[in-house]
Amino acid sequence: MERMSFDLAQVPLREVNTFLHKDAPSRGVLQVVVTNPDGAHNIAVGLDCPVDVEVHGHAGYYAGGMNKTGTVTIFGSAGTGVAENMMSGRVHVKGFASNGAGASMHGGLLVIDGDAGLRCGISLKGGDIVVGGSVGSFSAFMAQAGRMVICGDAGDALGDSLYEAVLYVRGNIKSLGADAQIEPMTEADIATVKELLAAAGMQHDPHDFKRVASARSLYHWNADADQEY
Amino acid sequence: MSSNEHPAKPVVKEESFGYDRKTIDYIRNAAAHGLYEIRGMGAKRRLPNFDDLVFLGASLSRYPLEGYREKCSTKTVLGTRFAKKPIELDIPITIAGMSFGSLSANVKEALGRAASEVGTSTTTGDGGMTQEERQSSKTLVYQCLPSRYGFNPDDVRRADAIEMVIGQGAKPGGGGMLLGQKVSPRVAAMRTLPAGIDQRSACRHPDWTGPDDLAIKIHEMRELTDWEKPIYVKVGATRTFNDVKLAVHSGADVVVVDGMQGGTAATQTCFIEHVGIPTLAAVRQAVDALEDLDMKGKVQLIVSGGIRSGPDVAKALAMGADAVSIGQGVLIALGCNHDSYYRDGAHHDATADYAALGTAPGYCHHCHTGKCPVGITTQDAVLEQRLTPKVGARHLKNYLKTLNMELTTIARACGKQNVHHLEREDLVALTLEAAAMARVPLAGTNWIPGVSGF
Repeated sequence: MERMSFDLAQVPLREVNTFLHKDAPSRGVLQVVVTNPDGAHNIAVGLDCPVDVEVHGHAGYYAGGMNKTGTVTIFGSAGTGVAENMMSGRVHVKGFASNGAGASMHGGLLVIDGDAGLRCGISLKGGDIVVGGSVGSFSAFMAQAGRMVICGDAGDALGDSLYEAVLYVRGNIKSLGADAQIEPMTEADIATVKELLAAAGMQHDPHDFKRVASARSLYHWNADADQEY
Repeated sequence: MSSNEHPAKPVVKEESFGYDRKTIDYIRNAAAHGLYEIRGMGAKRRLPNFDDLVFLGASLSRYPLEGYREKCSTKTVLGTRFAKKPIELDIPITIAGMSFGSLSANVKEALGRAASEVGTSTTTGDGGMTQEERQSSKTLVYQCLPSRYGFNPDDVRRADAIEMVIGQGAKPGGGGMLLGQKVSPRVAAMRTLPAGIDQRSACRHPDWTGPDDLAIKIHEMRELTDWEKPIYVKVGATRTFNDVKLAVHSGADVVVVDGMQGGTAATQTCFIEHVGIPTLAAVRQAVDALEDLDMKGKVQLIVSGGIRSGPDVAKALAMGADAVSIGQGVLIALGCNHDSYYRDGAHHDATADYAALGTAPGYCHHCHTGKCPVGITTQDAVLEQRLTPKVGARHLKNYLKTLNMELTTIARACGKQNVHHLEREDLVALTLEAAAMARVPLAGTNWIPGVSGF
């Protein structure tokens, strides 16, 4: 297995990303290490092969964005939109994640060991997000499909305007958004949480989680609906 | 009054200006349903538009070109600022973004076929890219919308350009809608939604806020495509001068400005008619912004919203646009609002289907219902057969060719060997409003309201 290392203090980002898109698949490079990211934006966006990328340091916006089949591990914190629109593969943030983590993801697994900022899992369309810490307000806003496991607390308006995504929260929920409701945990839910915690490498009792899903009352126009939300 | 005197008979019935029949209808509907009206098409109200400008053809002070024989180039290049592979078009008239979902797959294919034949581009819409449109379109612009429905990096890689959609002229500040009857199983699957629900698209992008973030988002698209593809930024016309400047700041190769006459498949009427500014006002603000930044010619400008004819195209270009984009006019060329549809070699009357929707040919704006009598804005398996890709493509090709011939006719009359040489100096206004908005002189004077004294 060929392994490549790029020092972002020396090499322009464009070169690294072009390598990941073109040379990594054609040369069969399976592991790429990026050092000195220094908060650079758009590291390892658009992966399209099963390459393993390690980022040693903090990443800026959209790290691992639109990933397909790749694995990105950030040994540090990530800026806005980490793993946004991921299709498949895995992105793991060892530190904290900023706003819009996993925004509009379609597939794959996003793991955040620390806390995530506002709008984590906004517009989620599939895949799984596991957050070891807490998430900020408006997380899972308009989330359409997929699953989120939040081991800490959730901020205001969790799951506002939810469609078919399902959220599991271990800690306190400051408030639920419009049309989101707490539902009983079934055996299938407990198995799901157990499976996702295992995939993320986190140790918690799945029975400690609450299930949040859509009441589906906003699916059709309704003149008599209470519009005070 | 004595008993044998007749009371005076009124000669006229006076309708209230403020409470005319349209307003009475509106209030009755609101009272009956408790919901606002949602409809298709763009603004219907009378607005200052390109009809209010005329060209100063060549005479003694300018030298015209021979109408048909002398060369007049229409070649248009978009995306020269940063992209390694700019878009090269044979004509400056492109097809605007319209979604599969609002339109049938047959229509998307027809648009692609016609555009490819005349050498121009088509654009995807909310809901992602269909196979039909990718295969039929030589040049396809892929929209990245707030909803991100069906947004797929593989499609980004398959596209020829990316358009970041901030807003739309019909509803600047609002997201799209697709009512349940059009959310068919295929549409629902593409958008990851349950079939049959009333779908409301987001009005803000999920992963960025503001122009500084947008710059990073555009950078992401460039990194993802290895800086090959042009990035457009589309804004609905409101504070156009500032918005165009911010789009340029964010790194756009091309800015698309959509005025309030721009169409929609389903939007609240209050939005369509009362939010945004006319295309005529927007185009001047957009050009001013580019000139102010010394970016004219470096960042290209596409103007859309109510472009219907060759003269409209010529006037937009003379005002400073590099190209135009057409949605509604294209649908009308395909048969929108016609009284019949053409299938199996014959015309079939559709007026009864219009009547069933409570409308008539020429007045229809019922795109949101999915029951388009001519099979354009529908997902219905029976209705969509009323427009075949072959017939649609032929009509659309004719329409685009006509516009282009009109455009070159006007350009030659103004003495231009290239349609992009048309300039503001070639235009004058017929109305005070148009003179003020476009900032060209009122015909026969050198008066530009707000700029020069009379």
